[in-house]
Amino acid sequence: MKSVICLECEAEINLDAGVEKNEIIVCPDCGVDLEIVSLDPLTVDLAPMEEEDWGE
Amino acid sequence: MIRVSILGGSGYTGGELIRLLSFHPQIEIHQVTSRSHLGEYVHQVHPNLRKVNSLKFSDPGQLEPVDLLFLAVPHGEAQKKMDDFAKLAPKVIDLSADFRLQDPVLYEKWYGQMHASPQWLSKFVYGLPEINREAIQHADYVSGVGCNATASILALLPIMQAGLMDDSSPVTIEIKVGSSEGGASVNDGSHHPERSGVIRTFSAFGHRHTAEVVQAFGIQKLWLTMTAVDLVRGALATSHLQLKPGVVMKDLWKAYRAVTQENPFLRLVNEKRGVYRVPEPKVLAGSNYADIGFAYDQENNHLVSICAIDNLMKGASGTAVQCMNLMMGWDEMAGLNFPGLHPI
Repeated sequence: MKSVICLECEAEINLDAGVEKNEIIVCPDCGVDLEIVSLDPLTVDLAPMEEEDWGE
Repeated sequence: MIRVSILGGSGYTGGELIRLLSFHPQIEIHQVTSRSHLGEYVHQVHPNLRKVNSLKFSDPGQLEPVDLLFLAVPHGEAQKKMDDFAKLAPKVIDLSADFRLQDPVLYEKWYGQMHASPQWLSKFVYGLPEINREAIQHADYVSGVGCNATASILALLPIMQAGLMDDSSPVTIEIKVGSSEGGASVNDGSHHPERSGVIRTFSAFGHRHTAEVVQAFGIQKLWLTMTAVDLVRGALATSHLQLKPGVVMKDLWKAYRAVTQENPFLRLVNEKRGVYRVPEPKVLAGSNYADIGFAYDQENNHLVSICAIDNLMKGASGTAVQCMNLMMGWDEMAGLNFPGLHPI
């Protein structure tokens, strides 16, 4: 199984076999959005997240 | 199966014990005592237990020998009769503050009076598994925990365990607490018109639970500030502390992950999405889980570490049952799997 390390919290994230370039994945630990920017080598980057007025 | 009894079952922690033990796979509840409710059915005081069992409150003077005895009487009572209780059961868990502190001098300092049975203090193990698991597994006598102390200790645990704190700096912990923390008896401040809607700081510093945090970590410059908020259940500890120079975010993720992996009831809550991004007691009502999270001002090495619990569960009866599981060699989570409710 392919995996990547979250750039925010360094959690190991297991990926589905059919993951595609530019797909957005969500870190199960910290909830950040990550974009698959390359499949070979498998590389992710932080994806922009919409700011929310979440707790007010 | 073992037989257990609860001395003092009419209070809130006693009621939670009965609820938890009624569904525990290894437990038969033998007696539940109450002097003020003698002869009444348990569900007439704890209405959520109607149809759960047919127990009636017994006379505390008529306690019979059992395998394990829970003491849920007011602070100061258990220490007067500990010799008698020890004859009734080979294992005792006391939920009060009587045996939490190992040092009689520390007890006298924080409780303002000499301990009635100081010889018993060293026989008890402080009953917070997250810092004392191995000792509890081998103990016959285990103390309860202070709810505010539990939230504070668990907020600090990842940092203390990883050795990331700047020991020369003070620690401040602001704790918001629900009304059930005051127990089942009333006072002027708990009268509904006076208590409802409050955000009331009732102890700026010097609260007795501070002593348990001092005992756990040896922190000398430590202030706990207690603020009553409009909740029935719940405690939220927000701690402020300085970390050693050079600590970065990945060190913190590693430290928090370590304690949540080692402890089945600790959960790391540090989310970038959704509504529940930080620990919040609301979703923990009735649950033995403790949620911990953090935010870090790396420029100033200043950490805000947060812990949320249900004060009656992880802060009292839930942890007591967790200790019983460890003392008996059972699954630590037996009878404690309820994750809380959402929405609530």
